[in-house]
Amino acid sequence: MREIEADLIRQTIKNLFLQANFVLSPDVIKAFEKAKDAEESPVGRDIFKRLLENAALAKEHRIPICQDTGLAIIFVELGREVHVKGGELAASLEEGVRQAYDEGYLRKSVCHPLTRKNTADNTPAIVHVEVVPGDRLKLVAMPKGGGSENMSRLFMLTPSAGWAGVKEKVVQTVEEAGPNPCPPIIVGVVLGGSFELAAREVKKVLLRPIGQPNPDPEAAALEAELLEAVNNTGIGPQGLGGRITALAVNLKIMPCHIASLPLAVNIQCHASRHAEAVL
Amino acid sequence: MTVTHRLQAPLRRADLEPLQAGDLVLFSGTVYTARDAAHKRLVEAIDQGDPLPMDLNGQIIYYVGPTPARPERVIGAAGPTTSYRMDAYTEALLKLGLKVMIGKGRRSEEVKKAMIEYGAVYLAAVGGAGALLSLAIKSVEVIAYPDLGPEAVRKLTVEDFPATVINDLAGRDLYEEGKKRYKKGNKQ
Ligand code: SF4
Repeated sequence: MREIEADLIRQTIKNLFLQANFVLSPDVIKAFEKAKDAEESPVGRDIFKRLLENAALAKEHRIPICQDTGLAIIFVELGREVHVKGGELAASLEEGVRQAYDEGYLRKSVCHPLTRKNTADNTPAIVHVEVVPGDRLKLVAMPKGGGSENMSRLFMLTPSAGWAGVKEKVVQTVEEAGPNPCPPIIVGVVLGGSFELAAREVKKVLLRPIGQPNPDPEAAALEAELLEAVNNTGIGPQGLGGRITALAVNLKIMPCHIASLPLAVNIQCHASRHAEAVL
Repeated sequence: MTVTHRLQAPLRRADLEPLQAGDLVLFSGTVYTARDAAHKRLVEAIDQGDPLPMDLNGQIIYYVGPTPARPERVIGAAGPTTSYRMDAYTEALLKLGLKVMIGKGRRSEEVKKAMIEYGAVYLAAVGGAGALLSLAIKSVEVIAYPDLGPEAVRKLTVEDFPATVINDLAGRDLYEEGKKRYKKGNKQ
């Protein structure tokens, strides 16, 4: 057994949420740099310039990249030889989130679904734990904004819908979202699994860096096909018209029930914030 | 070339007539903030005949819920939130003379019609550029509903706050026009 102090977990998750909210990851910056020349629309090119400026300012002055500092989503890979000492894993994660949102001047965006009363500390966090071999603990912090989350969809298609049906639904989801989720977007797509598995995995698929295709060449080809279809909508940066509506489509394919064809489409905005650490 | 206008509240219909979908506007002066929960309260107050915390006639509302300000700054990140969630409340505010709304994303057909009827326009600020947009905000005062935290109504003083005209008085819609211009057919 390897022991990890609960307090180290708290400190780490706090730092990860701060980092994710202030520092846009290099893959997104690189995608903006490329897009600011590649976009056909002059207005679109200008938007990429402003997004780069925004990212630089956020990093320098520790102002959040976006005011929607999100729900606190956490992915944990817990090595089965890890023992958390001096506290509980779940409580340490919550406390880390609380401190990040309080001390980091982040917006508290969590409320009761009906009364809309704010919980005032951005908890509860949404935590997904997976037990893996080994003695390491991997933490991924993903502040997820509401604007793009609201435009995400889960479909239980009939198997006869096939690839054509899948493609139609993905494009339809992006079309309906239009300017709302702050395009350019990243489109996460999971095909297969079950109702809940597709929804969970699609969030994880959004963590894959932009420009890194699915390792399986067949899936990679399908990703490329979806990206082209999505960009043919013409929605463009901020929905003002252009060639680059999505920076990437990240696809994952999983086995499913013989009667089902689950399809989860999770839209991530250009403020694709995530940070990770391995303890 | 993008046409640029400079505007400051209070505004009349005539001030908005030159604005066309796609133009850039730099706002200065007073802008009020309100998002979901504040809209609900404003419209409840109107329904009950209670006075509003501000006179909306000729004014500008920015749909934003900023992050808290660090001690050395006036406001945190302050980019637009998605506007369609305010659609259900919008006509009631237009009736009171609200002239400009700033947010991001499409408006409903009802809102578009009401804007034409009451002589108001809708603009979008760059969504997700909260750090950059905060620089144009020079002072902030919470004027109503402080219990709503980020959703409280704030009176902002802005300088050259940039936004793009989406829906103009002639009924044009930049989202529809822009998309059409760049759309390509998909092979089946
Ligand atoms: S969709 Fe993303 S970039 Fe846009 S406001 Fe929400 S969190 Fe920010």
